[in-house]
Order: sequence, then structure tokens, then C-alpha cells
Amino acid sequence: MTTTTARSTPLPASATHTKTAPPRRRRKVEGIYYLFLLPSLILFTLAITLPAVIGIFFSFTNSIGFGDWEFVGLINYVAMFSDPAILQSYLFTFGFAAVTVVVVNAIAFLLAVGLTARIRFKTGLRTIFVIPMVVSGIIIAYVFNFLFSNSLPVFGQTLGIGWLSESILASPDLAWIGIVIVTAWQAIPGTLLIYIAGLLSIPGEVYEAADLDGASKRQQLLRITVPLVSGYIFINVLLGFKNFLNAYDIIVGLTNGGPGTATRSIPMTIVTGFTGGDYAYQMANATIFFIIVIAVSALQLRITRGRNAI
Amino acid sequence: MTMQPALIAENVDGAATLGDGKGRRPRGDRASRRPEKSSLSLTVVLFLSAITVIVPLYVTVSMAFKTQTQAVDGNAFSLPAPFSVEGFTTAWSLTDFPRAFIVSILITAGTVVGTIVLGAFASFAITRNWNHRLFRWSFFYLLAAMFLPFPVVALPQIQLTGLVGLDNPAGVTILHIMFQLSFSILLFTAFLRSIPAELEESARIDGATTWQTFWQLIFPLLAPMSATVGIFAFLASWNDFMMPSLITSDPSLQTLPVVQSIFQTQFSNNYNVSFASYLMAMAPAIIVYLFTQRWVMEGVTQGAVKG
Repeated sequence: MTTTTARSTPLPASATHTKTAPPRRRRKVEGIYYLFLLPSLILFTLAITLPAVIGIFFSFTNSIGFGDWEFVGLINYVAMFSDPAILQSYLFTFGFAAVTVVVVNAIAFLLAVGLTARIRFKTGLRTIFVIPMVVSGIIIAYVFNFLFSNSLPVFGQTLGIGWLSESILASPDLAWIGIVIVTAWQAIPGTLLIYIAGLLSIPGEVYEAADLDGASKRQQLLRITVPLVSGYIFINVLLGFKNFLNAYDIIVGLTNGGPGTATRSIPMTIVTGFTGGDYAYQMANATIFFIIVIAVSALQLRITRGRNAI
Repeated sequence: MTMQPALIAENVDGAATLGDGKGRRPRGDRASRRPEKSSLSLTVVLFLSAITVIVPLYVTVSMAFKTQTQAVDGNAFSLPAPFSVEGFTTAWSLTDFPRAFIVSILITAGTVVGTIVLGAFASFAITRNWNHRLFRWSFFYLLAAMFLPFPVVALPQIQLTGLVGLDNPAGVTILHIMFQLSFSILLFTAFLRSIPAELEESARIDGATTWQTFWQLIFPLLAPMSATVGIFAFLASWNDFMMPSLITSDPSLQTLPVVQSIFQTQFSNNYNVSFASYLMAMAPAIIVYLFTQRWVMEGVTQGAVKG
């Protein structure tokens, strides 16, 4: 692909107008264009912007979601940093996202190399590998929940493996592994497809030249393929990380945050503000979470804009 | 989880290199280089890896067709014997399948149509009036949703939808559209920029109004993009759990993924019933995927999902 991503000044098809630009605002916009734009603009503002502003506003109050409230300044934010429940959810979510990103990208990259190599049943295999992407996260989590709780322990008992004889989801130390497995199962296809696109963008001549120079397959993979798709690796890592920070459906289906609160993600903690009476406090949590997501996204844009690799 | 765009594509056709690989430009694929035979060992390894994808799906199907006695024996991998559809009939009434199915269909259809139409409208207005500040800024404003995950605004949205009487499937539909809008505008504007202005001008010379030009010329041209946008809107909306479970307050108006939770609480030992129910909820998405995989695969590289 020859994309540079997020060009800073996207040109419209009528680029000629930009060249003769100085009398820019003299050309009147035909009224109907406002009709085309306004529905999106208004709905978006009401459905997304307004809630975001309200949420940030209430994070500086002591509101419990209804009734009277007053400003409390930064108290919610300060309290967050000494709240073990919050700290644990951040630790869990970041640890989980980091591990999952590595697992997903390693497997997806290898599969992509395999799926672009000379193999048989290429189309059929791709079709199969992409299926997990289209399955509902919560439902597949229920299915895996059954496998982890009912089937794996039977294996463990038969083979005499202690830690496998009980459901890994019931163990505070192992439950996260189950969540990583299911999340990876579902996230690999999207990552894989991006890697396939990356690998297909490498011209075949590069490998021919390497062959002539006597480079082994392993050398070709490490010295040619990996550097040439590095832009795709960055994208997949950051995008995956951002998505995994939002983990919710799969965790609800597997452990519902348990045992105890061992696998409670940041989004799950935020949502407790709905029933738990600490609405304003969880809005402060959401605001911090938002800032983190923005930071990851900004990094992503910076890298993709800086590189022409993608 | 809402699907998040991956790449911001300029060359919209660039991703067409995916697909099935027929009639393409030279590929990184080593196939063209040597007259060697395809690697059998690699094919076998990939088939073995594919088993990890198949196993959970196989378990779902086989469990769904078991009798309750066989389903509780703990062996998830055995074939159903005897073959039974009892699970399906029980699940049908336990989850009130027709009702949940219709709610899911309505939300999904509304999301697909809304995302395509609103996205195409806005993208058309934006690309044709790029010189104007309002339109240019609207572009970046509407794209901002990509950086705003639902959990961040979930609490105020729950509150607001309740306040204005949208704590129901209609509210979920609107929110689904809004979270899909960035992706559709990204794809549509990239495509619209590649349509030569002369094409539209000739339509205008023939006396077409802007409204007519859009519906008779632009919208049909957008069809391939609409397919991609529509499929991703379908998948995101059909599979979503978090948003409907939090926004819709009436349990009888819940979607298919949400109603499955009854098997975690009340009927937790009726495995054949629960798996039959899971299968009925998953199948539509898998079937749609099998028929539209080209667009699904292209969509990911053009700027898709998560999703």
C-alpha cells in the first residue's frame, strides 16, 4: 500500500480551488451542503461531545449521579491515586494489554508469513483464520468459560497436572491467562490481515536479490521482512494496545472481574460508578483513562505520519 | 467492542491486494519466483494452527446438538449421540429468541443504514466544500470519536439516554451509528476525493441539482465503500454487548448477546440449551462473513477494526 496515513492537509477532488485560493470565502456554499452535514454534526455533538463534556464536568464534583452536588476540585483525582481498587485495575489492564499485544502480534506475524508463502488452500485457510473476528466477544467468552471450567480440568486430572485440575478462571493468579487466550483468539485475525497487507507490499525482487546473495530464509525474514514491515508492526502494536485497554465483553463473559477483583479492567471499574454511588469519582477515572487513550493515539498518529512505510 | 480503524488509507484501492490473490500486481509472495512446489509442511502446520480457531466453534455446534444427559458428562469434544434438537427448542423459549432476534435485527439494520447514509452525506459535503472552514473542521471533529472509546463516555451516556427516554434500542442504534461514523467518513472521504470533479460538473450541466447528483451519481459510485462500511457496522452492532447491556433499561428489549447471560445465572447446567442459544446468536454473523469475506478482509486494511 502506498498510503502515508493521515495526511495533514487532505486535498479535495476540487483541488484547483485551493490553488486559486486567496478569495477563499467569497465562493458561497450551496445551502444543501449544510443539510448533508448537519445531521451528523448535531447527532455527534449530542451523543458524544455533550456526554464527554458533562462527564469531565462532574469529575470535579461530588455527584452520585442524581440529586444535589457541589464542586470538590481535584479531590476525586487525588483520591484515585491512593485507591487500591483503582490502582489494581490499572495494573491489571496495562499488564494484560501488554502481554496480549506481544502474544497477538507474534502469532499474527508468523501466521501472516505462512499465509503469504507458497502453500496450498491459501484462500480456505485465510477464511478460517478470520472467523474469530466476526464472532461476538461475550458469546465466545462463554464458550471458552465452559472449556476452561469444565473440559480443561478433566484433562488436568487425567494427566495429573495440579494447576490444571481446577478451573484456571477460579484462580486469582491464573485467571488472567484465560482472558489473554480468548482476547488473542479474537484479536489475531485483524492483526493478521494488516500484516498480510504489509507482507504483500514487499516487492518480490527484494527476495530474489537476497537469494542471489545467498541469504538464508531466516536471514531474509529477520533482515528484510521485519524491517520492511516495521511500520505495520508499530500500527498493530499501538492499535492493539489501545483496543485491549478497553477490555470489557470478554472479561465479563469469562470471570466478570473475579475472582474477587483480580481481573477487573479499567472500563469495568468505570461502569461500577453507575450503580456504586461514586459517579463523580468514576468520571474522574474515565477522564484519566481518556487522557491515556489520547496519548496512545497521538503516538500512533505521530509514528504513522512520520513514516512513509504504511 | 467497537471496531477501531487501523490505518488511514489514502489509496483506497491499495488494500485490494488482499482478497484471493488473483490477477494482482507482483506480490511479496514468493510464488512467482521459483517453479518450486508449494510447501506441504507449511500447509500442514497452518492447518494444525487453524484447529485452534475451529475447536471452540466445533464444541459450540456439537454441544448444541446433544441431549442434556450427554451435555453434562464433561466431555466437550464428543460427538452428539443421540442427535438432539431439544437444546434449540428450549433455548428458543427460554431466551425468547424471536423477540431478542428482532431487537438485534432492528438495531443492526438501523446502524448499517444510518452509518452509510449519514457518513456518505457528511463526507460528500465535506469533500466538496473543503475550502470552507466549517466543513474542514467538521472532518477532524467527526473523526475525533476514534480516540474516544465508549467506556469514557458510558456513564454520562447512560444518564442522558435515561433522561430523554432513549434508554432503549433506539438509543443504542444512535450511539452505534455515532461510534461507527468516523470510520465511514474516513473511507468515504478518501474515496470521494478520487472521483474527478468533471464527472459531477457534467451532471450539473445536464441540469441535475446537488441533491440529484448525490443520489444518482455519487451514492452509486460509493457502493463498494458502502459495502465495507456496512459490513463493519453490521459486525460491530450485532456483536456488541457492552453498550446495549448498559443503555437499554428494559430487559425484555435486550439484544441476542445480552440475553445469553441467563445461562450464567439461572440455567447454568443446561449446557446443551446454552450452547444451542450461543450458536443461534453467533451464526448470523458467521454466515454474513462467509458471503462477504472479500469486503471484510479489505475493510480491515482500509481502516477497520475490533475490535
